[in-house]
Amino acid sequence: VIDKEARRLYIMDPIQTSQSLEEKKLRNLSGYFVFHFMLWWNGEDLVKPICAVSGNLNLQVEHFTFLPSIADSIREASLVISHAGSGSIFETLRLGKPLIVVVNEDLMDNHQSELAEELAEQNHLLCAHPQTLRETVEAMDLHALQPYIPGEARPVVALINEFLGFPV
Amino acid sequence: MMNIVTELQKDRFTPRYYVAALTDNMSLPKAQVYEKSLIHVEGDRETIIENAEFMQIYRSREVGQSYITAIATTLRAILHAMWLIIRIRPQVIFCNGPGTCIPLCASAFLLKVLGLGWSSIFYIESIARVKKLSLSGLLLYKLRMADQFFVQWPQLQQKYPRAQYAGRLM
Repeated sequence: VIDKEARRLYIMDPIQTSQSLEEKKLRNLSGYFVFHFMLWWNGEDLVKPICAVSGNLNLQVEHFTFLPSIADSIREASLVISHAGSGSIFETLRLGKPLIVVVNEDLMDNHQSELAEELAEQNHLLCAHPQTLRETVEAMDLHALQPYIPGEARPVVALINEFLGFPV
Repeated sequence: MMNIVTELQKDRFTPRYYVAALTDNMSLPKAQVYEKSLIHVEGDRETIIENAEFMQIYRSREVGQSYITAIATTLRAILHAMWLIIRIRPQVIFCNGPGTCIPLCASAFLLKVLGLGWSSIFYIESIARVKKLSLSGLLLYKLRMADQFFVQWPQLQQKYPRAQYAGRLM
């Protein structure tokens, strides 16, 4: 079931994810619902091919190396596709947006996949590998995702205060 | 880390020293923005400015650095950390995972053992650690250097019983 309402596809930090989005996949995505395709990364040599392809597909591509706050961009998105960084994941979940996390173990230096997999198991987001991204997008049921209730520091701080002998 | 700091009662934890790795460009600005925001809330410019210091320290090992050169850089990091600990003499240390915290905690712990200082060390493992501890976490846990060791997933608490699980910070 494709979310026909989705109009904006926001891809975050796709040094990893973009390498999986060859022309074929981009074409496929645009066939469904993409009007605006935002990219966030560091490599100029990655930007050109994507922009070249998107020209044919009626995709708008925005790219930036660093944005102090991506919250506004996320708010405008109907779907976010991101790498497995905990910051990206929680910022998107906090804003209540559907999220597909692309886990690319070849390029990751940390074990960041653990977080994405756990949250996927709890149905807060969808997990994909670069090779399976297309199927995931085709088969996704975003309405089945459970809203994520953010955690808070108060319980930890209470224990810290208790340990130090402060009144809780 | 900032989740913890914003929740703390500032008058109980003052002055505050924020320490980040030399090659980390993002963490200290976040802390600086927050500390600046405190000035507006409380209005007493003089007091608040003195309550926060920001410093950077050498990392033991950069991501991808060879382990052989890491011996020398770790030594440098340890010396730098020891110097900071002796200068600051913190009563409380909060750390959240990067390798930068190991020399600091080790120095503070050493002073404790020698009876030359007393720091309560609180370690909060990264939320990205669901099933396995980070190397920093593992070291601090096994060597029992932290007074309280927090994990953010119940699976980790089961695996490491001396750790505490009090929910997720994010």
